[in-house]
Amino acid sequence: MTEPDEPTTPTTDSSAAGAGSDGGSGAQGQAAQPEEVAESKPQPGGTQSSAERGGGNGGDSLEPYGARPAEPVVAGRARRGMFGVAGTGDTSGYGGLRLPAYVPPAAERPYGGWFDEFVDDFLAALDENGIPRDAIQQITVDRGEITFYVRREHLVGVCRTLRDDGALRFEFCSSVSGVDFGEDVPQRLHSTYHLTSMTYRRRIRLEVCVDVDDPHVPSIVDVYPAADWQEREAWDMFGIIYDGHPGLTRILMPDDWEGHPQRKDYPLGGIPVEYKGTEVPPPDQRRAYS
Amino acid sequence: MSNNESANGSGGARAHDATLHDKGLADVTTGVDTSPEGSESDPYAQYRDTTEGRVFTVTGGDWDEAMADVGGDERIVMNLGPQHPSTHGVLRLVVEMEGETVTNLRSVVGYLHTGIEKNTEVRNWTQGVTFVTRMDYLAPLSNEAAYCMGVEKLLGLEIPRRAQVIRVLLLELNRISSHMVALATGGMELGALTAMTSGFREREEVLHLLEYLTGQRMNHSYIRPGGLAQDVPEDTPEKVAEFVKLMKKRLPDYDRMLTGQPIWQNRLKGVGYLPVDACLALGASGPILRAAGLGWDLRKTEPYLGYEEYDFEVPVSNDADAYARYVLRVEEIHQSLRIIEQAVQKLEPGPVMVSDQKIAWPAQLSVASDGIGNSLDHVRNIMGQSMEALIHHFKLVTEGFSVPPGQVYTAVESPRGELGYHMVSDGGTRPMRVHVRDPSFVNLQSMPAMSEGGMVADVIAAVASLDPVMGGCDR
Repeated sequence: MTEPDEPTTPTTDSSAAGAGSDGGSGAQGQAAQPEEVAESKPQPGGTQSSAERGGGNGGDSLEPYGARPAEPVVAGRARRGMFGVAGTGDTSGYGGLRLPAYVPPAAERPYGGWFDEFVDDFLAALDENGIPRDAIQQITVDRGEITFYVRREHLVGVCRTLRDDGALRFEFCSSVSGVDFGEDVPQRLHSTYHLTSMTYRRRIRLEVCVDVDDPHVPSIVDVYPAADWQEREAWDMFGIIYDGHPGLTRILMPDDWEGHPQRKDYPLGGIPVEYKGTEVPPPDQRRAYS
Repeated sequence: MSNNESANGSGGARAHDATLHDKGLADVTTGVDTSPEGSESDPYAQYRDTTEGRVFTVTGGDWDEAMADVGGDERIVMNLGPQHPSTHGVLRLVVEMEGETVTNLRSVVGYLHTGIEKNTEVRNWTQGVTFVTRMDYLAPLSNEAAYCMGVEKLLGLEIPRRAQVIRVLLLELNRISSHMVALATGGMELGALTAMTSGFREREEVLHLLEYLTGQRMNHSYIRPGGLAQDVPEDTPEKVAEFVKLMKKRLPDYDRMLTGQPIWQNRLKGVGYLPVDACLALGASGPILRAAGLGWDLRKTEPYLGYEEYDFEVPVSNDADAYARYVLRVEEIHQSLRIIEQAVQKLEPGPVMVSDQKIAWPAQLSVASDGIGNSLDHVRNIMGQSMEALIHHFKLVTEGFSVPPGQVYTAVESPRGELGYHMVSDGGTRPMRVHVRDPSFVNLQSMPAMSEGGMVADVIAAVASLDPVMGGCDR
């Protein structure tokens, strides 16, 4: 059971630090990572185990995993207990409940539908354009949608390939959005791109995960001018810095606003509401059940 | 043409600060000369000198006079909005001009940002509908439908057929009302006030009908994850038929009033030109893209809610100007009427909510004597007969239902273009993230491409032809 793609943290770290010129600034986020990796380490034979994942076993495989192992992408937060009660207040017996953070599973071939043919064309096009296969960190197929987790160093090249290659033709950048998964999640900020191929009537999603201490993502405005305002919005709301953007300024919040309001650690700032004689706390301070 | 505030961004503010320090607070002026001499000066083009140059406050009057005061071929930076009748909402345009020719245009948005996306993250999935319906307030049902389709895709739900048909019916009614407002406000901004009164009159008919069907004129919260809040009234087919008949009688009036009218054509033809390659690059969708020659309509290209069963055309034009967009919107109203007629034919009795009681919000309301909706049968059942049902009701309403983790992107063809919802769940009863790709927001990026090099009066026509809704743009 010694598969070559067992997650080994040292390689992971060096790759994640790759493009960023962060000396000590990224240290905190990087330090948190190995711990998380260890925590979410797949059990032998279970879902996400190396036996299930396959791939990475030779040159003829079309799997995107190169010499570097796939890093787990965490897309959710871990949960503890139930009913939002901590400490001795919980009499339900569920206080010890532990739910791990959601990790989107890497898809296995066959992906189904047009995904297989598309991934073949896509990876071939990446080769043609000299973009290494490990630019694609992971492929996930979920609910009929395909997601490519892309390393940020290669994002612009990947986008340009997707737009210009005759077999791909993603002419239209539908949407760019930031996602923040909360304080405890490694690489908590995700920059998500929805591309549409009008020629082939296909949609795909690209996702770039970055640390909150080093939130740099290359801008794709050169390739898709439509991303201009949406990248500004993601900067405004999440503080993702799009390097190379022609004018990365706030767009929805006032220019002198401090902080990035849609981050999970940014308070909502609600006020209590009086209703029929009682006070309802602001929405972000109400009891959360999940 | 008027502008109500000083331009040059921070320059004005700095000058203002300087006055504040030099004089007392009582001496601070807004720039309007209220002295005896000043009252005799030209009331339409008052000016004050700032560090960035002379700033005029033009509030009406003759353009030539204003230009004479500016003197010669000076470069002018003009600010339009954010509160201005011609900018289609709280949109601010900063226009740099040589004479009357626009050399540079910047759109400033965000004045209507209300943090709806953030707010949905602290409410459960069903409550989110109430928020998203308030974003693009001219197309509330498109927002609700796209949001609910996203939740249903995350849950892996298939909604009942009757709910699908009613959704289509409502979406198309909504498209008509939205296009009517586009005509009305667009006409108003160009001085065609009869277009405004007629457009709002027809829109009112749609809103009356929507009120009858859903209970609300706007902000319906009627489409819910899993189906609909409740069924439509029994005499829906008759009411809709009446409406369709009325619209078919009145729509030709628009052709008579506007389509062939020389002034209307002169104001719109060749204005706001945006060819198809620019549309794709800038992300413009909807009527702008179709008026540029690409018949990209998600109802045809990625059918949802059973749109593939309906017989309708997607109008396309190659002119790529504001006039083509106007003609296209009128034609889309005709096509929506066709879909509405077919949808009514397809209405068959059946449930309008999924049968899964773990999802379906208990909202079988009937209006009680106090005029407020109550579900007395449901209350009687849960209070009197079944403790489990009471617990279940309580849990579903307070806690909401859990949605399996993952992310989806669902898009519908709203009246303004591709309205996409990127929704992320982490397995809880609240969304992790709801991102809205609002067509107004993305389409507004094309304002410089449409306006630069043209006349300043054409900027207004170009904004009107984009038909942005700032509630959706700023969210």
